[in-house]
Amino acid sequence: MTEAKAEPKPDISGDEFRQGLVALLPHLRAFARGLCGQPERADDLVQEAVLRAWTSRASFVPGTNLKAWVFTITRNNFLNELRKYKRETQLEDGVAETRLVARADQEDSLHLTDLQKALDRLPEERREALLLVGASGFSYEEAAQVCGVALGTMKSRVARGRAQLGELLHQAETHEDA
Amino acid sequence: MYDRPPEGPPHTPAKRGGQDGKAGKPGWADGLRKLYDGVVAEPLPDSFEDLLKRLDQAGND
Repeated sequence: MTEAKAEPKPDISGDEFRQGLVALLPHLRAFARGLCGQPERADDLVQEAVLRAWTSRASFVPGTNLKAWVFTITRNNFLNELRKYKRETQLEDGVAETRLVARADQEDSLHLTDLQKALDRLPEERREALLLVGASGFSYEEAAQVCGVALGTMKSRVARGRAQLGELLHQAETHEDA
Repeated sequence: MYDRPPEGPPHTPAKRGGQDGKAGKPGWADGLRKLYDGVVAEPLPDSFEDLLKRLDQAGND
């Protein structure tokens, strides 16, 4: 009887890996912009993360979730930078137009700006949870993997983030109507 | 909850804090997705050209 051998890992070529990274760039930009709130800085974060992913590609396990793997690198890159420099402009008025708000008609843009402002006021862990699950299309399990937390923790963060975001928007609406 | 919220019509204004009255989903859920998708739809800025060239070169090595 021969000993059971580990299944060989399906290989992924450098070209496939590169194509996968390039295809993820728009999503990484959106995620990073939601995290840090500044387009140029977000793009820098993405570029650094993609280069890091490329140089670390040997540690990627073929057949697993490349998107979650690269999002994890982007998130960690952001957190590392955050520890160094702080988030100086996160709640300053008048910078909302530099954030996620993109092309939209004027009325739409006004509402989305309110949403962006409220999103920026969330604690970091809740904001990233909402971005991952509510916008990036990750499941709770995948989002928990990206953030390195338990599934229950991720569900709690999303639930609390949703509740807080709804409350902030309600306050903004009430303030506007007053 | 909304693991993967469906995309709304492209030009439907995002409703704010309240419920949208359809599936009990807050209006901002679609708005959040719209914010994200707005960036995804943007063309890559020129600043990414160097990155793409480096990846291309690495892929050819």
